[in-house]
Amino acid sequence: MAADFIPDLCARVAAASAARAPLSLRGGGTKDFYGHEPRGERVEMAGYSGIVAYEPKELVLTVRAGTPLVEVEKALAAERQMLAFEPPHYGSGRATIGGMVAAGLSGPRRPYAGAVRDFVLGTRVVNGKGEDLSFGGRVIKNVAGYDVSRLMAGALGTLGAITEVSFKVLPQPVSECTLSYQIDEAEATRRVNAWAGQPLPVSATAWFAGRLLVRLAGAESAVRAARAKIGGDEATDLPDFWTALRDHRIAFFSGEEPVWRVSVPQTTPPMDLGATPLVEWGGGLRWLRGALDPARVRAEAARAGGHATLFRGGDKSAGVFQPLAPAILKIHRRLKAAFDPAGILNPGRMYDL
Amino acid sequence: MNALSRPSVKERLRGSLAAMRPAPTVFADDEDLKPFETDGYIVRRATPLLAVLPETEAQVGEVVRLCREAGVPVVTRGAGTGISGGAIPCEDGVLLVVSKLRRILALDPLARLASVQPGVRNLQVSEAAAPHGLFYAPDPSSQMVCSIGGNVAENAGGVHCLKYGFTTHNVAAVRGFDGEGEAIEVGGPALDAPGYDLIALVNGSEGNLVVITGVTVRLVALPEATETMLAAFPSVRAAAEAVGEIIGAGIIPAALEMMDRIVIEACERFMGLGFPREADALLLAEVDGGRAEVDDTFARTRAILAKCGATEIRVARDEAERANLWRARKGAFTALATIHPDYYTIDGTIPRRCLPEVLDRVIEWSKEYGLTVGNVFHAGDGNIHPCIFFDSGVPGDLEKSEEFGARILELCIEVGGTITGEHGVGIEKLKQMCQQFRAPEIAAFHDVKRAFDPAGILNPGKAVPTLNRCAEWGGMHVRGGAVPRPSIPRF
Repeated sequence: MAADFIPDLCARVAAASAARAPLSLRGGGTKDFYGHEPRGERVEMAGYSGIVAYEPKELVLTVRAGTPLVEVEKALAAERQMLAFEPPHYGSGRATIGGMVAAGLSGPRRPYAGAVRDFVLGTRVVNGKGEDLSFGGRVIKNVAGYDVSRLMAGALGTLGAITEVSFKVLPQPVSECTLSYQIDEAEATRRVNAWAGQPLPVSATAWFAGRLLVRLAGAESAVRAARAKIGGDEATDLPDFWTALRDHRIAFFSGEEPVWRVSVPQTTPPMDLGATPLVEWGGGLRWLRGALDPARVRAEAARAGGHATLFRGGDKSAGVFQPLAPAILKIHRRLKAAFDPAGILNPGRMYDL
Repeated sequence: MNALSRPSVKERLRGSLAAMRPAPTVFADDEDLKPFETDGYIVRRATPLLAVLPETEAQVGEVVRLCREAGVPVVTRGAGTGISGGAIPCEDGVLLVVSKLRRILALDPLARLASVQPGVRNLQVSEAAAPHGLFYAPDPSSQMVCSIGGNVAENAGGVHCLKYGFTTHNVAAVRGFDGEGEAIEVGGPALDAPGYDLIALVNGSEGNLVVITGVTVRLVALPEATETMLAAFPSVRAAAEAVGEIIGAGIIPAALEMMDRIVIEACERFMGLGFPREADALLLAEVDGGRAEVDDTFARTRAILAKCGATEIRVARDEAERANLWRARKGAFTALATIHPDYYTIDGTIPRRCLPEVLDRVIEWSKEYGLTVGNVFHAGDGNIHPCIFFDSGVPGDLEKSEEFGARILELCIEVGGTITGEHGVGIEKLKQMCQQFRAPEIAAFHDVKRAFDPAGILNPGKAVPTLNRCAEWGGMHVRGGAVPRPSIPRF
């Protein structure tokens, strides 16, 4: 089964390409809500599962795209390593590695460790012509050829069906603690940015409801020293908070109201977008709830130097993602046309391409 | 390309450039063009039609558009320190030199972002950031002279990559002009940007996708403490094992550099470090971060080095001693170069576990070719830099060293690595690209190129070989570490 998966997928994509029949690539289906409505005949990627190679001392992991994220995290944890970008799961254990890379979403540690794309070393993909391609590799340092493997991170499967990914992995921190401060958004933004410019082991921040939470992570002595330096009270009332935040399981994200994701420069002052935000990523990521005015949210995000995504729910007819500048859209169209000439891979999932 | 002769294309372009307001500096005479004939890959040279040195972003755009209209290639040059030939001119093209675009436009210490022009030197950014307790992490060894635009074009690395990443991990946004002369900005000051990750493509694109006019780099906190140690090992294998043990113990050192016996001997001779003569490998390890963290990692690293059989460990007690320990690493090539007239540095990456095997093969071939090889390299990430010494005065020596280098790169592919870790493909490694990638992958690279530069005027002939060239070379394809007919002699 596993041995035939890629040849079968190539044949299926090639046939779909010839017939101009759209395909909807799907891993665990945990992010079906993200982007525009999936269209086309469903291609289940979850069957292509398993860790291909894992060398803890090399910090390199190669895994098939259908492998459940939980399985990968378990294997890494056994060696006290991790995917440092703390990817969200959004669903009870069904998220796959391929879906994780295609969605390109990173969790609370992102500003301090890097994003999914930063840890992708290589990808194997089946493009829209049904060709089995490999880019990048299984070593940490590699500049041969354009960095097409990173391009796949966040492309929502519109350029190719990801079948295998190699990652750089990192050691887990030995010790963690979460500190709490009762301060307003402006002060929280100022503080977390000031701390980020110092050699402190901050690994996540979140501000909401008048409270700033800061996670420290590292060697025990480092966490202790940092704690003495930045004060605050240890937050003992929020067990499992960062995982719950990562997966949007905290109260802020409950209910059916639309979720907006606004990504802006970290030092952007509090924004007036019509709702009180939950702020992550040292000020760089602002979540909002409600049927907000898309034009206003997008305009304000752009004015700050960022962009806004209608992340979950809401009326998607006005677009999910921030419109691209014409010169950038032109390049997107050409890339899409080259990798998927018949336009069959997740068509329209991201933009109208 | 048009049907006009070279001189008439040159004169027409010269006229158009002179008509620009303000007009950029243009060099047209052979004598003035001489310094631009090559970059750090000095074994190849070419004279461009013209060299243009714009002083503003608008001028860059105008130059690209003029070249686009005339169907003339544009090769962009930063400081010209690249060693794979990426900035070697096209004889029928314009060399666009960005050395006059050398201002730091903005540095926001709270946001930890700096906007710089492409001609700004790498080290200059860290110097400007230092008063704020920040620095720009990628530090190629040429950082005193190499410029940020070139760093982005090559996705430059350095000795601190394992912990801090390379250029692509430290660049937030890039401005410039695509091959149609259209202004584009990829990435942005936020932590992500909408759409495809075009900034991943631009980093390491070797001047093929965008003429860069501005770069926003991320700055990081200067470490509070740094500890540096140099350990002597009886074998490369033992030193390589120590590297694996350190990383396996959950330590990510700021630097892990290795030097082999040839290099140690040369250093001994020229610097008198006083290391035991039986040492076959030296490992330079540096850990940095907050004081408490460094105290922890330093003690553990030192213990691992001892456990793995280090015969001697020297720890720098102060800045002066640290500089002294780094002297062996940084001065190694200089020491070797004093005894050999020319050298050729190879750049490949291998899975770290293959280090002993690969270095053994390199030494074996060194005997076969009768050429000395010194190994000084980034052991932490498996990026090897065998340095082949030759004498260009001896007929055939250069060709021999190039053939030797090519074999080392093939070996890197065979063991599951890559033909370039940080120096780029340029013109030097076009042939090996055909070995590392298969035809549909090479075709995909050309697709990427066309998306930014449909007419193919930006640095044509570099970074990605044409499929025809691959066919001529009889490129072979290696996949998944399989060893392909290693006994067949090539080139």
